[in-house]
Amino acid sequence: MADAKTATHPGEGVAEPIAVPRPSRLKVWAQDFVNGVRAENPVLKLVLGLCPTLAVSTSVFNALGMGVAATFVLTGSNFVVALLRNFIPGRVRIPAFIVVIASFVTITDLSIAALSPELYEALGIFIPLIVVNCIILARAEAFAAKNPVTQAVADGLGMGLGFTLSLLLLGAIREVLGNGTVLGYPLFGESFSPVIVLVLPAGSFLVLGGLVAIFNLLQPPHKPQPAGLAGAEASASGGH
Amino acid sequence: MDLMLLFIGTVLVNNFVLAKMLGLCPFVGVSRSVENSIGMGMAVVFVIFLASVSGWFMDRYVLTPYGITYLRTLVFILLIAALVQLVETVMRKSFPALYRALGIYLPLITTNCVVLGTVILIMNKRFSLVEMLIYGLGSPIGFYVALFLISSIREQLALAKIPRAFQGAGIALITTGILALAFMGFSGMVRE
Repeated sequence: MADAKTATHPGEGVAEPIAVPRPSRLKVWAQDFVNGVRAENPVLKLVLGLCPTLAVSTSVFNALGMGVAATFVLTGSNFVVALLRNFIPGRVRIPAFIVVIASFVTITDLSIAALSPELYEALGIFIPLIVVNCIILARAEAFAAKNPVTQAVADGLGMGLGFTLSLLLLGAIREVLGNGTVLGYPLFGESFSPVIVLVLPAGSFLVLGGLVAIFNLLQPPHKPQPAGLAGAEASASGGH
Repeated sequence: MDLMLLFIGTVLVNNFVLAKMLGLCPFVGVSRSVENSIGMGMAVVFVIFLASVSGWFMDRYVLTPYGITYLRTLVFILLIAALVQLVETVMRKSFPALYRALGIYLPLITTNCVVLGTVILIMNKRFSLVEMLIYGLGSPIGFYVALFLISSIREQLALAKIPRAFQGAGIALITTGILALAFMGFSGMVRE
């Protein structure tokens, strides 16, 4: 505990595990929360959890439904995993996490079927498939299994919000341009002809590709790839 | 004839990646080289076929008679995880050469949504045994075809000058979009 006193700033400890809550608790929670929305946005930055993102974002309503469902599962599983983190043996942790996640998904599945049959119909197979959404298992393994409960919940909420916001952005672009509506209300006059391709599967790839590129532009620049590597590859496959 | 249509429909028309949008994480992640995509594709065909068969029997003879079909998601994901583990162990002992080729892709398959998606869709569509066998083979072959196509394209893209912002996932997604547009040409061949 002695070295915990020396780390005055959160960023200063070099390889310090996050589990040392030296700055005020609220600040740590806020950091974990914001981290999921911006720096490690699961969809736009890490390019994870693509299947539901692309398949379900045909309209704002569907995007919101999927976002809320995934946030619930993510927060719930983070909470339980963090609670049990000292009891689950390391060797069987992945199956254990999957069982926790699958239980929350089953709860969500049955709740949506009861509360909103319309949404259940629209999301279809993508509700049970939240189980294999890599964001959720990744957060259980990378964060919740190593951090106290409150931080894990903050991380779950932040990551869930980041996921929901990306879905909403994608859903809004596709619904407005591809259908001319927002939440089902027409936005433009009669003369507007929608870009139908955007609500089709192909359109989702194009829109997300563009969004990822824009998100990359907003980040600080990387070092460009060394030119020698590209040249070596070119000569290697230049045979045909 | 219907079965033939079901097969073609599953592989090309309702392609799992390009039309149903399943399995996109490995599709973007493992498609940098043709060699990797072949390894991943073969491993996926193998595991999905086994998962479909065992899932179908599990559903027919355990879940349905006891009226616990609401536990499908939980049971199937555990079944797939156990199956992947089993395949890995058997392969390492009995077929070391195959294990060296496919081994590193096997753990990734548990969280590939094509696997769980195929098994759940088979149950939702109430397929017969023969239909299940064809669907369970057609869906991963469709995944394989899409993965092979995109990795061939990406090997060429590696040599192209791409604006910095689009490098990596951006250009992969847009290429996939164009590929999906091309695959839309198949729609109308088979009704689902």
